Amino acid sequence: MATFSTNEFRSGLKVMLDGDPCNILENEFVKPGKGQAFNRVRLRNLKTGRVWERTFKSGESLEGADVMDRTMQYLYNDGEFYHFMEPDTFEQHQADAKAVGDAHLWLKEQETCEVTLYNGTPLSVTPPNFVELEIVETDPGLKGDTAQGGSKPATLSTGAVVKVPLFITTGEVIRVDTRTGEYQNRVSKS
Amino acid sequence: MTDWQPVAATEALRQRADLYALLRHFFAERGVLEVETPLLASCGVTDPSLEPLLVTGGLPPGESRRFLQTSPEYAMKRLLAVGSGPIYQLGKAFRAAEVGRRHNPEFTLLEWYRPGFSLEQLIEEVAELVVAVLGRRAWRVFSYRELFQSALGLDPFTASLETLQRCARERVDTGSLEGGRDLWLDLLLTHAVEPWLAGQGVCFVTDYPASQAALAQLRERDGHWVGERFELYVDGLELANGYHELADAAEQRQRFLEDNCRRREAGLPEYPLDEHLLAALGSGLPDCSGVALGVDRLLMCRVGASDIRSVLAFDWARS
Repeated sequence: MATFSTNEFRSGLKVMLDGDPCNILENEFVKPGKGQAFNRVRLRNLKTGRVWERTFKSGESLEGADVMDRTMQYLYNDGEFYHFMEPDTFEQHQADAKAVGDAHLWLKEQETCEVTLYNGTPLSVTPPNFVELEIVETDPGLKGDTAQGGSKPATLSTGAVVKVPLFITTGEVIRVDTRTGEYQNRVSKS
Repeated sequence: MTDWQPVAATEALRQRADLYALLRHFFAERGVLEVETPLLASCGVTDPSLEPLLVTGGLPPGESRRFLQTSPEYAMKRLLAVGSGPIYQLGKAFRAAEVGRRHNPEFTLLEWYRPGFSLEQLIEEVAELVVAVLGRRAWRVFSYRELFQSALGLDPFTASLETLQRCARERVDTGSLEGGRDLWLDLLLTHAVEPWLAGQGVCFVTDYPASQAALAQLRERDGHWVGERFELYVDGLELANGYHELADAAEQRQRFLEDNCRRREAGLPEYPLDEHLLAALGSGLPDCSGVALGVDRLLMCRVGASDIRSVLAFDWARS
């Protein structure tokens, strides 16, 4: 793997730090009037998700991390692993629950999502920003109650529970923002 | 699409032109002579914290490289040594790999020298220039020691290396960073003291540790050797660096050699000593104080910009 000097650090560059792959978010060059120059670097640890700032001497270098983002199709869960496929090559990858994390709440079979590979193995999974999922359970709808506020919990086909307006009923398909877990709108009756 | 358009707004370009007129008027009124010295010279600086940009092509036979000047200091001192009297220069300077919100590798520097001025007299004049450019502002002077005591509650001259490291690590994730006292002091200055200075308006910092004297004379203050040097900060932004200039050729040669020694230890290239400057010092440099001021940053203060790119017609990425 190539090494990168602090002056090559850019947003999006993946490097190895303390044994973990990290994504560089920001890189600020700081220097006193005379003397040592530093780079204050904001990073995200791709294993833990932690975001923090580390200071390096300017000119220091870090090893690049073999990390890449791939668009893949979610196939199925075999009870232990989640299986994904690259649509171009049909190459399949299996991810454990740790790599999938909260993304499992939004993954519907055939759904396209972003899989981050580290040394060829799935490290994390990012669902699309918006998904359409069917409601499998919610309290009966209240007829005519479309204008007033108020919400109730609804369980989706993936197991996720989201707050929906009172008029939504079981069997309907809704659109959800996966970044916030918030209901967006009703899509159609299934 | 190619980013061919300027980065700065047209208004910032006009403000720059106004600033140059104002600066030239400021010095004309005071009888300070405008001079111009070469940008591309046979020698550069040895300072381990400055890396020059080199020109290696198109040179006459026998020459393999020329140095884009990191400041016009050495050439201007050669003028002072033949009795030029007070001089200033407004021009470009170059420093490799310095890119960021407050840095561009090619930047504009205002440098001036005042024979017969003490450091305190020069500070006064810099303050007058700041007022001329930014309007009436109060200003104050801290010694480096007072500054660290006020901002961090520690004495930079007596604190142990361990204390400096602990103070830095409480505030900053430094990973495996290693180095001597000056590295930790520089880290604290840039990461903890400068943010504190942001709330202090126009500040001059004087009497740096002797190890950070650069090209300044040394003097004794409260039992410690200090460099007769100052830095100007406006709202936490470092704008200028001034010296009571070192005039002793032998001492200067010694500092150059020590610079190269530190370069060797750090795995950096060593550079030739500027024998022209050393010969000029040998023939006699008048007692003087001098200062270099970052004009792009001064303009940032004048227009209220927080990123140097917004005052440059074309920044490094687009030039």
